[in-house]
Amino acid sequence: MTQQARLAPENAAAFLPEPFLDWFTERGWSPRAHQIELLARAQAGKSVLLIAPTGAGKTLAGFLPSLTDLAVRPKRKPGEAHRGIHTLYISPLKALAVDIERNLGKPVGEMGLPISMETRTGDTPMHKRQRQKLAPPDILLTTPEQLALLISTADAERFFCDLRYVVLDELHSLVTSKRGHLLSLGLARLRRFVPGLQTIGLSATVAEPDELRRWLVPQNPPGGLSELITVAGGAKPDISILDSRERVPWAGHMARYAIPEIYDAVREHRTTLLFVNTRSQAEMLFQELWRVNDDSLPIALHHGSLDVGQRRKVEKAMEAGSLSAIVATSTLDLGIDWGDVDLVVHVGAPKGASRLAQRIGRSNHRMDEPSKALLIPANRFEVLECRAALEANYLGAQDTPPLLAGALDVLAQHVLGSACGAPFDTDELYGEIISAAPYAGVDRQTFDRVVDFVATGGYALRSYERYAKIRLTKDGKWRISHPRFAQQYRLNVGTIIEQPMLNVRYVRQGRGASSRGGAPLGKIEEYFLETMTPGDTFLFAGRTLRFEGIRENEAYVSNATGVDAKVPIYAGGKFPLSTYLADQVRGLLADPDQWKKLPEQVSDWLRLQQEKSVLPRRKDLLIETFPRANRFYMVAYAFEGRLAHQTLGMLLTRRLERAGAHPTGFVATEYSLAVWGLEDMGAMFRRRKPSLAELFDEDMLGDDLDAWLAESWLLKRTFRNCALISGLIEKRHPGQEKSGRQVTVSADLIYDVLRSHEPDHILLQATRADAAAGLLDVSRLADMLSRIKGRIMHKDLERISPLAVPVMMEIGKEAVAGDANEMLLSEAADDLIEEAMGGA
Amino acid sequence: MSQTAVKPATRPEEIEIAGERAVCDQSGVLYFPELDLLVVSDLHLEKGAAYARRGSFVPPYDTAATLLRLQAVVAHYDPKMVISLGDSFHDGRGSADMPDVFRHRLTALMAGRDWFWVAGNHDPDAPEGLPGETVRELAIGNLVFRHEPSRVAMPGEIAGHLHPCARIVQRGRSVRRRCFASDGSRLIMPAFGSYTGSLNVLDRAYAGLFSRDAFMAYLLGTRRIYAIAGSMLRPG
Repeated sequence: MTQQARLAPENAAAFLPEPFLDWFTERGWSPRAHQIELLARAQAGKSVLLIAPTGAGKTLAGFLPSLTDLAVRPKRKPGEAHRGIHTLYISPLKALAVDIERNLGKPVGEMGLPISMETRTGDTPMHKRQRQKLAPPDILLTTPEQLALLISTADAERFFCDLRYVVLDELHSLVTSKRGHLLSLGLARLRRFVPGLQTIGLSATVAEPDELRRWLVPQNPPGGLSELITVAGGAKPDISILDSRERVPWAGHMARYAIPEIYDAVREHRTTLLFVNTRSQAEMLFQELWRVNDDSLPIALHHGSLDVGQRRKVEKAMEAGSLSAIVATSTLDLGIDWGDVDLVVHVGAPKGASRLAQRIGRSNHRMDEPSKALLIPANRFEVLECRAALEANYLGAQDTPPLLAGALDVLAQHVLGSACGAPFDTDELYGEIISAAPYAGVDRQTFDRVVDFVATGGYALRSYERYAKIRLTKDGKWRISHPRFAQQYRLNVGTIIEQPMLNVRYVRQGRGASSRGGAPLGKIEEYFLETMTPGDTFLFAGRTLRFEGIRENEAYVSNATGVDAKVPIYAGGKFPLSTYLADQVRGLLADPDQWKKLPEQVSDWLRLQQEKSVLPRRKDLLIETFPRANRFYMVAYAFEGRLAHQTLGMLLTRRLERAGAHPTGFVATEYSLAVWGLEDMGAMFRRRKPSLAELFDEDMLGDDLDAWLAESWLLKRTFRNCALISGLIEKRHPGQEKSGRQVTVSADLIYDVLRSHEPDHILLQATRADAAAGLLDVSRLADMLSRIKGRIMHKDLERISPLAVPVMMEIGKEAVAGDANEMLLSEAADDLIEEAMGGA
Repeated sequence: MSQTAVKPATRPEEIEIAGERAVCDQSGVLYFPELDLLVVSDLHLEKGAAYARRGSFVPPYDTAATLLRLQAVVAHYDPKMVISLGDSFHDGRGSADMPDVFRHRLTALMAGRDWFWVAGNHDPDAPEGLPGETVRELAIGNLVFRHEPSRVAMPGEIAGHLHPCARIVQRGRSVRRRCFASDGSRLIMPAFGSYTGSLNVLDRAYAGLFSRDAFMAYLLGTRRIYAIAGSMLRPG
């Protein structure tokens, strides 16, 4: 089905109005084939998905149908009513909307086109929003949340009655989250307002383009696909893996060993973009580079937690070309233009082939020249992962995750928003929501339960009927029962739930939390700051800081230069190793012929493993057991990512407990899982009591999973998000903003009560579905358990194997896994007893 | 400080308040064996319904859950006398609007006992349609029971209102629990209600209530009480 752009630029004249042809000619340019192709299909009334690499002129392509249509539209006569919006542009980032306004404004101005263009984001002042309602611009550049707000007003239908195109930028990134679900429902509403509405999706390369094609067109009846235009990647990127002079460490995520070599690479290039997976890696890398920065190169830091002012400064400097390097997390992942970058360095595991390709695409926005990238593995397993990612890149393999079914908490939010706009009929609304691809599979009963949830909470004990937010009236329509619910809805719209964060302010040492003011440095998660004692030092905003104290929602810090940071900030990376890369890594391990592609120290390590133990075949699961220092260990090399391994660890320890192995802990990495205990698990498996086949049986995903989940803090956190998004509890109440903690406490209490009284409540169903897909990675675990049936290799060893070293080094570094709070309390209480006895 | 922290006790949850022996139960109630008196504070019954009236449909099972726990602990101690230390209902409409099934359950629980409703700021008036005696405060021996703690030194005072919780950090992990707060002279009860939030004992609201050296928090665990000295606690 994939269709390459096939119209030649010569045909441009057939589709482009005069001013456009002149504009291209004056500049000595010609429109690209895919730009004309997209224009032709749009003019034929089709919705289109454009998949193209960075630098292919995607934005102009996406807007050409609108610009050309608007250019030839007759002028509004004096006295004629204002026209509605013609084109809606939606992007995941506010910054992107602003960027587009600037970039698109240029050709529009130069051609003298009578087209008005405005942004509308959370930052847009109230008076401007009101004016936009009265005199809408032709092109409105906005975000998914703003669309949700716009369609929930009484005049929405009129506002959008002239809408012709919706341009969706960075569609591959939008569709993977709950924001995408909300957006899909918004689009379904727009289609009801304007049945012939056309969508134009702009996306980076993805594994399953058909998923996005379905997303762009109505799915009621199911099966519709948008048109597809694929622009082949430009020049293949020039990727290499650092072949270090130094010893590559067994474990760890920081790649400190490679700092001098990274610095050399920065020195040898004009502008280097350094990508890392987490904020803590960014802080560390930035600090370490400055430590060796003898040439005082301008190296900057950029991540999402930094103060906005700081970030804008860095972005400006980058645009002006005055930086030699910038250390960044995924805040810079999306399409903002960084023209002059000539090297991308990726520190740490790439996690996925598509992800790596998108990041490398940052460098060199001219698609015909090869981008240059250097991968820095932080440990030995990451060397294998980098190798697999590099090969995938040359093959053009894609491993973007499959799309998830639409979340029910988002649907609940949308149902209330619908009632805020106009009374709705359930048959009509049901027909509308199942036309949105993520919700195509929602059955009528589930939908009715969601409506019931919005109306009165949807409880079996129907005690809230008299307080209903929406009510069925005599005309058969659901109507909002009080205007204040609409006001509450508007304050709480959206699906982005942030971790409770505290502002970090910089004060003079010793002033502590008693002082006020101080320069803002950014925001840090409350849970991290809560573990600190005044005097602790840590890295943030590129400095070593001393923690002074917390007062209300601000944390005070002072300068601690010259001191080593004591407390590491570590939140694990959000993205697990992709299934595709995991399979490639297993393939690499299993095939010694390929080891010559690896650095010698790594291939030596694998040879040693072969000698001392065994390497698993590609489809097998290797289990090693060995004793060490009064404990017995079991290591499973599953390669399914840390989240799935954590879930597996929880379930295995429950089973081993029942089998009498007295497990006392486990630790999970991206690649493997180690469980330890007081009994010799190797001997137990040899006696087949239990056998490994029983231990790893798929039935662990039944009762054991349910029992564990019910108690897990992971589920509580997920429940809180669902409760906030669905409107069960409020993020914001008119006139007051709840602090994150108050919300957390009450969400936990609500969860406990609901779970014990109505375990099949729709919000608990939504929570379990969310957790299974996200934090627990249950489906991946299920796939693995079915894959390894009858393919488990057990190696009972006298001592630790070379392959086991990395995971064993993680033991003790990780916080206590699972729900060990009671144990910690008892330790704290016992400390007191010890102290009391000693002091007596 | 450890010498003055707490008098040696045979069991950690047994404490003395102004010379009176008391048991801090991990359910959050306080029991005085010599007086055969059970104290429970801040039940906040019908809080879910109060939220629902404002359009926040939190599950309507909080009253049932709170009563269930209360039933269990009353059955365990079977006390002659019970004091509900204020904010027994979340708001003025709570007792009047409470479904009959809960009213009957509560009445059955009260039968055969001396039951005192201490007035709280959420429920200043006597509950409607329920037995028991409503009082502003109550003095028994060395002890005095009132909802809001007095701002001046008040040996023997048992109060509620503040919903104390305490937080420790151990091995880099933070654990926060509801707690009894006491310096051996006076005591503040944890909130018992299923939907009640809590306020850290190091918050400014507690300033001046306790003698700092002797201050202890008795954290509610799932199976036991954890007695932890004030010096080990963290704010927030």
